[in-house]
Amino acid sequence: MSKLSLTRRHLILSGASVAAVGLSGLPVPARAKGVAPTRSMRGGSNNYLPDAPIVDRIGRGGFWMTGTVRRAGDGQPLSGQRIQIWAHTTEGHERDPHSHGATLTDANGQFRLEMPQIVPAFGQPHGHLAYDSGTFKTVFLRPVMASAQDKTLEAHFVLEPA
Amino acid sequence: MAFRKFLMSAAVFVTAGVALWFALQSPLLAWRRPVYILAGVAGVVALVLLVVQPLLIGGHLSGIGRVRGRNLHRWLGLGLVGAVLVHVIALWITSPPDVVDALLFRSPTPFSVWGVLAMWALFAAAAVALLQRRGSGSPRGWRRWHGGLVTVVVAGSVLHALQIEGTMEPVSKALLCGLAVLALVRVMVDLRHWRLWCRS
Repeated sequence: MSKLSLTRRHLILSGASVAAVGLSGLPVPARAKGVAPTRSMRGGSNNYLPDAPIVDRIGRGGFWMTGTVRRAGDGQPLSGQRIQIWAHTTEGHERDPHSHGATLTDANGQFRLEMPQIVPAFGQPHGHLAYDSGTFKTVFLRPVMASAQDKTLEAHFVLEPA
Repeated sequence: MAFRKFLMSAAVFVTAGVALWFALQSPLLAWRRPVYILAGVAGVVALVLLVVQPLLIGGHLSGIGRVRGRNLHRWLGLGLVGAVLVHVIALWITSPPDVVDALLFRSPTPFSVWGVLAMWALFAAAAVALLQRRGSGSPRGWRRWHGGLVTVVVAGSVLHALQIEGTMEPVSKALLCGLAVLALVRVMVDLRHWRLWCRS
């Protein structure tokens, strides 16, 4: 019969492994509530011009705005959703109509639109994106670039029915 | 003493000149309209004036005694209010919703709240000084309020400027901010400003 001895080392080891399993979240079940809808960001709708046309590219391009659109709850990708994009770039101010454009999501709910390089305006290098097509609730996003040198910026939408 | 004053004046004006020069060389200007450029320059000028104002009161600048310094301080104080007004109005013309957000304290940018606080404190500090000249209130009372308000102005402006990614070059901007704080602290200490807040 093996001797069952509880030394301090055993205690620490077993305590640590219990803590590791607990903290790593292994036993957490899938959340019933699902994917929460994205809230509009402060200042997201500034200088919005409704109904920006769907374009292959805004201006001469060189910078990529990318992202995804999913449905709240089950997180299913939403295809064919119109995302409007505008920013202060090397080719124009946020308020200029030619700084605005829109694109549609593909079958995987992803969108990608080439646009001119975003430059810092009002203290931060940032872009604006809008979902404002009616089927789902309107969402305005205002992501900020980590560096003004970045050549891409991404933003993700989770939409809930209107 | 005169040499130290000269060094201090030279340091301030060289730093201010270099900061302004860098701001006027910023590549961002190529993508801004004149009114937006004016807004930025007005902000830089206001920051420079924040450095100069306490030095004038303390008589720390070469060739400007305390009496002349005080007189000049009044005029540059009005100039500072003017520079901030130009800054805000020109930004408003550039992008109205961003300025409305800032003035209503709901801007997404963390520096806006400090700029707006500093602006109101500046207007109040100027109003206190103007009222005093009309003869109302005790000298002790108005100095106390003027000094307290300009402390908010300098602190708010420094927090505002440092967080902005704009036309100013970061090192010269930080130096200018440091000088603004040092100048204010030096004069507050020299004048023993805190005594105005104690009961006599």
